[in-house]
Amino acid sequence: MYPKELRYSTEHEWVRLEGGRARVGITKFAADRLSDVVYVELPKVGSEVAFMQPFGVVESVKAVSDLYAPLSGKVVEINQALVEKPEVINTDPYGAAWMIIVEPRDLKELAQLLDAGAYMALVGERPS
Amino acid sequence: MDEPLRRTPLYASHVALGARMVPFGGWEMPVQYSGIMEEHRAVRARAGLFDVSHMGEVDLAGPGAGPLVQRLVTNDLSRRAAGQALYTPMCTPDGGIIDDLLVYRLGDERLMLVLNAANTAEDLAWIRGHAHGDVQISDRSAETALLALQGPRAQAILERLTPAPVGTIRYYWFREGVEVAGRRALVSRTGYTGEDGFEIYLDGRHAVHVWDAILEAGKPAGILPAGLGARDTLRLEAGLLLHGNDMDKSTTPLEVGLGWTVKLDKGDFVGAQALERQKREGLPRRLVGFVLRERAIARHGFPIREDGATIGVVTSGSFGPTVGNSIGLGFVPPEHAEPGRRIAVEVRGRAVGGTVARLPFYKRDAEAG
Repeated sequence: MYPKELRYSTEHEWVRLEGGRARVGITKFAADRLSDVVYVELPKVGSEVAFMQPFGVVESVKAVSDLYAPLSGKVVEINQALVEKPEVINTDPYGAAWMIIVEPRDLKELAQLLDAGAYMALVGERPS
Repeated sequence: MDEPLRRTPLYASHVALGARMVPFGGWEMPVQYSGIMEEHRAVRARAGLFDVSHMGEVDLAGPGAGPLVQRLVTNDLSRRAAGQALYTPMCTPDGGIIDDLLVYRLGDERLMLVLNAANTAEDLAWIRGHAHGDVQISDRSAETALLALQGPRAQAILERLTPAPVGTIRYYWFREGVEVAGRRALVSRTGYTGEDGFEIYLDGRHAVHVWDAILEAGKPAGILPAGLGARDTLRLEAGLLLHGNDMDKSTTPLEVGLGWTVKLDKGDFVGAQALERQKREGLPRRLVGFVLRERAIARHGFPIREDGATIGVVTSGSFGPTVGNSIGLGFVPPEHAEPGRRIAVEVRGRAVGGTVARLPFYKRDAEAG
């Protein structure tokens, strides 16, 4: 449910470091809570995102939520397929439903994110 | 709203089914079980079962019952026989909609009103305030449960649980004393989904038994328990209005497209003069349907724009799972109300383009009903 190799924000985003880049999405917990995601709004490639500042929006039938950047940096890629098929957030939050890839400005920010254990404690789930 | 939330007799059943419970109209209600989309599709394709026991039920009895209701509602009760239900707004003297309700004609001097949960207390006070002598008014809301069995397979499922010929009940007719899973109920061919279906009124003490029996009997047909989330997307696709969102005391039935429920020729009623005047002088705005070109959702209160100017406001909006688009309802000036007209909805500071659409967004095949 919460892969060990990821880092997590208290706003329910995950980060996966891939070489010098960081892939970002939202967690299974957030996806379940939203349920029935119908719309995703992502930033433009080349734009800047800032640590724990909104970078986009995800909408379910019932509610709209901001997406918060777990790292500062430049957006180098966005998941256009997700914009066209946002419902995969509910089925594959750590895979096909990645949202943006960021060129991080300051990797020290990672230290402020949670590991899987701490994140599970935050959302009240026991490690499986 | 400091009062504690009320619970229907089915609260524990919802929790056991994994429902997500939310506050609605003063009640703690299931918004979804397996998911709004899945429940929505089940109702369109097969069947869904809703607990809508939060709705208010009020019995009126006595020679004054009929005249009282005729005086308070805009539609014409005299056109309904015993065994028929009537959909109608109830208005203020200004023509504003206090509530929209169903009136069941149980007999010559016996009526049942079905009221929106959030309005039940205010409706009751209004009705009592207009009653004179020869009518008994009993609030049956607390002890009455209401289950809505909706979808193309609703009739087949209900027939497995009752000896009564429920298939012969016509749209907006009902039968009292129908045995459903061995318990007496009032069964009416009504609903709020745009599908064929039934609403089943029964003693709250039997609610769990009948709920379980319907889900069990409907299992082979693919029934799902469905929550308020799916109820909202279903009713929106069907072009049905929600009081408190699409209409309230500041809007008249004429403005929201309920002119067909305003019978100015039936004799005097509360709001008649104001509605007659508005009909004569013209409408300041009209409620219309719209479809957006993107999947962003137009939420209640978002501005409707044309050429950069604000011309109206969204009253309801959602993604329509069956129609596959972002749809909504909103007020626009009458000259912008014709289908096909281009509009935009301002979504978080951005204009999302769309067009005025003919209602309903979704209509079931006639043969399925």
